[in-house]
Amino acid sequence: MSRSLAQKNKKLMVKLGSVIVLMFGFGFALVPLYDVFCQVTGLNGRTVVKSDLPSQLTDQSRTVRLEFMTSVAPGMPWRFKPLVKYVDVHPGENKVVKFSAINLASTRIIGQAIPSVSPGLAANYLNKTECFCFNQQPLNPGEQVEMGLVFFISPDIPQHINTMTLSYSLFNVTDQAANML
Amino acid sequence: MADTIVQGGNENSTEQNNTDQKSTAHHHQPPKGIMRWILTTNHKDIGTLYLCFSFLMFLVGGGMAMVIRAELYQPGLQIIEPGFFNQMTTVHGLIMVFGAVMPAFTGLANWLIPMMIGAPDMALPRMNNWSFWILPMAFAILLSSLFMEGGGPNFGWTFYAPLSTTYSPDSTALFVFAIHIMGISSILGAINVIVTIINMRAPGMTYMKMPLFVWTWLITAFLLIAVMPVLAATVTMVLTDKYFGTSFFEAAGGGDPVLFQHIFWFFGHPEVYIMILPSFGIISAIIPTFSRKKLFGYSSMVYATASIAVLSFTVWAHHMFTTGMPLTAELFFMYCTMLISVPTGVKVFNWVATMWRGSMTFETPMLFAIAFIVLFTIGGFSGLMLAITPADFQYHDTYFVVAHFHYVLVTGAIFSIMAASYYWVPKWTGHMYDERLGKLHFWCSLISVNVLFFPMHFLGLAGMPRRVPDYALQFADFNQLVSIGGFAFGLSQLIFLVVMIKCVRGGTKAPAKPWEGAEGLEWDLPSPAPYHSHTTPPVIK
Repeated sequence: MSRSLAQKNKKLMVKLGSVIVLMFGFGFALVPLYDVFCQVTGLNGRTVVKSDLPSQLTDQSRTVRLEFMTSVAPGMPWRFKPLVKYVDVHPGENKVVKFSAINLASTRIIGQAIPSVSPGLAANYLNKTECFCFNQQPLNPGEQVEMGLVFFISPDIPQHINTMTLSYSLFNVTDQAANML
Repeated sequence: MADTIVQGGNENSTEQNNTDQKSTAHHHQPPKGIMRWILTTNHKDIGTLYLCFSFLMFLVGGGMAMVIRAELYQPGLQIIEPGFFNQMTTVHGLIMVFGAVMPAFTGLANWLIPMMIGAPDMALPRMNNWSFWILPMAFAILLSSLFMEGGGPNFGWTFYAPLSTTYSPDSTALFVFAIHIMGISSILGAINVIVTIINMRAPGMTYMKMPLFVWTWLITAFLLIAVMPVLAATVTMVLTDKYFGTSFFEAAGGGDPVLFQHIFWFFGHPEVYIMILPSFGIISAIIPTFSRKKLFGYSSMVYATASIAVLSFTVWAHHMFTTGMPLTAELFFMYCTMLISVPTGVKVFNWVATMWRGSMTFETPMLFAIAFIVLFTIGGFSGLMLAITPADFQYHDTYFVVAHFHYVLVTGAIFSIMAASYYWVPKWTGHMYDERLGKLHFWCSLISVNVLFFPMHFLGLAGMPRRVPDYALQFADFNQLVSIGGFAFGLSQLIFLVVMIKCVRGGTKAPAKPWEGAEGLEWDLPSPAPYHSHTTPPVIK
């Protein structure tokens, strides 16, 4: 193989090698891209809007039912329930809902609730002015707590959405929280 | 020319040729014995290694399939534990994809591409040696994990999180490293193919004169370097999620398990085409030879291959229709998936048009090639059925899916590799294979493979889920039939082994061009092909 060909080969090899490094990086870049994509489009039901101000306008002409679901991560010794199964609200109406949690373990555990809305596209219309899911919740052994959620549904919610489900999954983040301190 | 026609591709002729060559030695000589194979940088030796290794893996993965079919012969749990069953389905898939199909294609690329484009060897021979030899290590690691406490990978070859993170066995790190090494191997192989094709073509071998096998491999190699790094990223995330407390796929830490599926299938769908595009090249070489006609629509074949490759990046979410995607996304991925059948249809049309009014003969490679066209098309049709979003909700995770991808991979990719082996083996060994045994292998395979996979369609439509060690009673009869087909297909492959061993050891001497209608530079070389192909660039007409 002549010298010039060997050099040409090496040059092309380096170019292709950089494509590979780039694509490896792209694999990881997909993680934030995915989050941004979900936020922009409101897909995936995770992007519940955090609202600083309560709603001003109320659309009295229609009601939307918001159902609540809770689940606790496998192996986490907490009981976690909404106090009501659902509420019927007018779009724009400010509403308070309470959830109760109790730590059944003999150790202190820190919980974190992760919300998800179904249908996913409705998530953008659910505004929370206050939610226990904004913060971590530590509970001592046997301690019980009532946690509040204040929300309203945007008046511009599409006509075809009459029922939506808000689900909270509760995770044990004691270890991660300890690591952060 | 005498000094270039000295080294056969097989071990038998090595010794006597070595002495021949000493007198006229101007190439470095391969060492004798095992070191020849370990140190070799010769594209033919490495091609042979790849092909032998992939056949070995085909038998190992096939053995696991036999275990699976034995357990499913009857409803209820008879032979193995459900946990071990899961390890069998997982490792069967991993071995067949990364150990059998992909290395077989790389082996064919090594053997054929330099001969087809008029090059003396691959462009990066030392790297070529590495890209092969890390492969046995990867599979040694993967297979050893089966014997670890807690067992080997049991989460399916798609290793969906959280199955592969929260709920996976302790040996998952070994799985991750094995995948990393396999990925590096195929990336190195792909770089080599691209550099060889772009820089090493003989003068006059323009891109649009390249044989389609070279074209399809060039496109495949680009797919490989685009998506194998993404697979590497995915397994790395699985590794850190499981062992180092990151939360890429863990909802509790702000991650998302659905994200895993997106990243995995961003790799996974182009991967499907990595395993089929070289087949298209093989079939496009064999059909014209035995039809004694030029390939119909050469340039449309090139463009069809390229458009399949591009489209393959836009369809990944058709694996995820049931994850709760919005309607727009489901429609987008449904239409894109269906769109792929257009360039694929162009190819099938061209092959059939090539055969039309040709003077056809039906030697073993041609039989496998025709079976490929028919059966791969059946696999394509079931793929179209799966592409229909509302129908997919019914078929998802059933045996219909298993039937679909085995039609495209076994009667598609594997049949094309068989066809290629029969077609080029006279060039590799210098001997003709046993045509009678070859035909026997073909007919046994053809009948058994359909007994094996065709009833799976009905099992799936009737609702039998995939990846289960036990099933409801109404599926018993068909499963028995499927298992019998499976055992027959497995045994039939031993005929292939016999044919190939016989062909390496001896047989009728093969002329330089054993097939009357064959075209291409590889047939200008004597059979067996000399140790160094085209030492002086051939003249392209």
